[in-house]
Amino acid sequence: MSLDFKPGAFNDFFRDETFRDDFTYRNSPQNIRRFPFPFDRDEYMYSVNMEPHVPGRKGTVFEHIFDVDEHYVAEMIDRAKVLADDPLRCQSLPHMTLAGWDLLELIMETKAQEYPEWFSLEKNGNRWRWINRPLGIDHSFTFMDESTLPYGPFEYITRQTQGDFTLQDERDGTLWMDAGIATSQADWSVDFDVGMNFHEWHAPVPLAHDMGVFDRALKFLLKLQHGAPVRRFNWTMTVNPLLDTAPETYPKWGPTKTTLTPENLGQKQHLRVELQTLYRLPRSNAIAFDIRCYLASFEELVTVPKWGRRLHRVVRDIHPDLATYKGFIRNRPAMEAWLSKYDDGAPTSPGWWPED
Amino acid sequence: MTLTPVAPTIRSRPVYAPLEARAGHLHLIVADGEGAEAITDMLAKAPEAAGLLASAHIMYCPGPTGTDLSGSLAGLGAAQYFRAPTIPALLPRLGRVLQDTHMGTQFYLAGTEGLIGQAERAIMATGFPYNAIQKEHRGSTLRRVQCVHCKGITENVATDPFKCSHCGLSLFVRDHYSRRIAAFQGVNIDAEDPGQVPESVVRFK
Repeated sequence: MSLDFKPGAFNDFFRDETFRDDFTYRNSPQNIRRFPFPFDRDEYMYSVNMEPHVPGRKGTVFEHIFDVDEHYVAEMIDRAKVLADDPLRCQSLPHMTLAGWDLLELIMETKAQEYPEWFSLEKNGNRWRWINRPLGIDHSFTFMDESTLPYGPFEYITRQTQGDFTLQDERDGTLWMDAGIATSQADWSVDFDVGMNFHEWHAPVPLAHDMGVFDRALKFLLKLQHGAPVRRFNWTMTVNPLLDTAPETYPKWGPTKTTLTPENLGQKQHLRVELQTLYRLPRSNAIAFDIRCYLASFEELVTVPKWGRRLHRVVRDIHPDLATYKGFIRNRPAMEAWLSKYDDGAPTSPGWWPED
Repeated sequence: MTLTPVAPTIRSRPVYAPLEARAGHLHLIVADGEGAEAITDMLAKAPEAAGLLASAHIMYCPGPTGTDLSGSLAGLGAAQYFRAPTIPALLPRLGRVLQDTHMGTQFYLAGTEGLIGQAERAIMATGFPYNAIQKEHRGSTLRRVQCVHCKGITENVATDPFKCSHCGLSLFVRDHYSRRIAAFQGVNIDAEDPGQVPESVVRFK
């Protein structure tokens, strides 16, 4: 039993593209318009910035609870390759299996409801039939019986869902990251961090601890209720549309940071946005954390004039500690210079939407 | 010699406190190197040291810099005393003893962070909460570091950066610490500029 994606999974909507080697990843013009540009003003500093994760504006990444976009199939193929190279990227401590089932149920039910043309779920008691048309999967299994799935429930469903995921167990007044899958992470190691509590896995983040950001965020998350998910943004910078910026493979992708030139920067330099969503799970009382990565090149972003102006100002004015932590301090001057061509000094409107 | 001070740093880096005798049915004491002195100091302050020792099992090995204070523990009169030549030689016995430990056991770990971390991990595997395990860091600050790239662990790291003993990459030593792996994290220092490795500095002794 395995989870082989059937050939022919691409259709007119899903792009056939790569996140490695020849890097053929691109955003279609309509997909640029729905890019979750994370800056709602011309400057950036940490904040907890949580808001309810409720379906939002049509044609944006907020329209659905689980956004499925034109990169879905290519991302899942990339994830399968990463996991084949390094199975340690997906780990679930033994007591997290129930939370894995909770997440599987949440994703299957939500996707079947939000995208009936692509996903369907039939239930006959605990006998479930799951159809994932984009990936060519038609699978009957017994809910809560691991022996009927080719992987544990957490890995099974996250191999079919864009975004890295962690599962947090709640005990002793904090959250413990006791399961995780990461193939599109911003330089953190699942293998190293699994089993840590909230303050421990955030320990390397500069400035924010002293600002009380993590104390407030934890307090907020411990009150998270089933059925009332929340979301926030995070972001960083990546050279090339490389999803898998893992510390494990840093020696492979680290040198690409030195390949930028004024000529290729617009095409190679990508803003990497994480749409982070959090869900309280019903049986396990665990919290699922979805870290969904969106990539857009500077060239693509500046096709929206407001975003070009604003990105220039954010990159120019960011605190150096943050530019260092986010890994782009060495390229900041070049990025700033490239972006300055798209900043005429005109005021920008509040909020992150391309217009209004 | 007292508790090895730990400079304030990031939140995943373990902190330690002096051991104190607590009431228990069984006292499991695991130490290496200068950790022996943490044990004798704790016993000197204990109101009923003789009672504690009568239900104590001490496991000890010399420290990574050669400190061997087994003489100061061997004659204490513990119900069971064991001297291992090294930490890896000590751990199988600890694992076996943990199979039979019950509620009311007190754990005392003392010495290097490598010893404390590996013993703590074995104890946690039984379901015992790590924050109920007493830990006092004494003596050597040599570090046990996992290479985040090849996953190999290098023991007794003294310099920063250092060469991974498994894959040979030059790694800088972070304070980020995993209890599950019982190690600090090492990350390639010249990934972005291959070959440009800063000179190693002795940071841990």
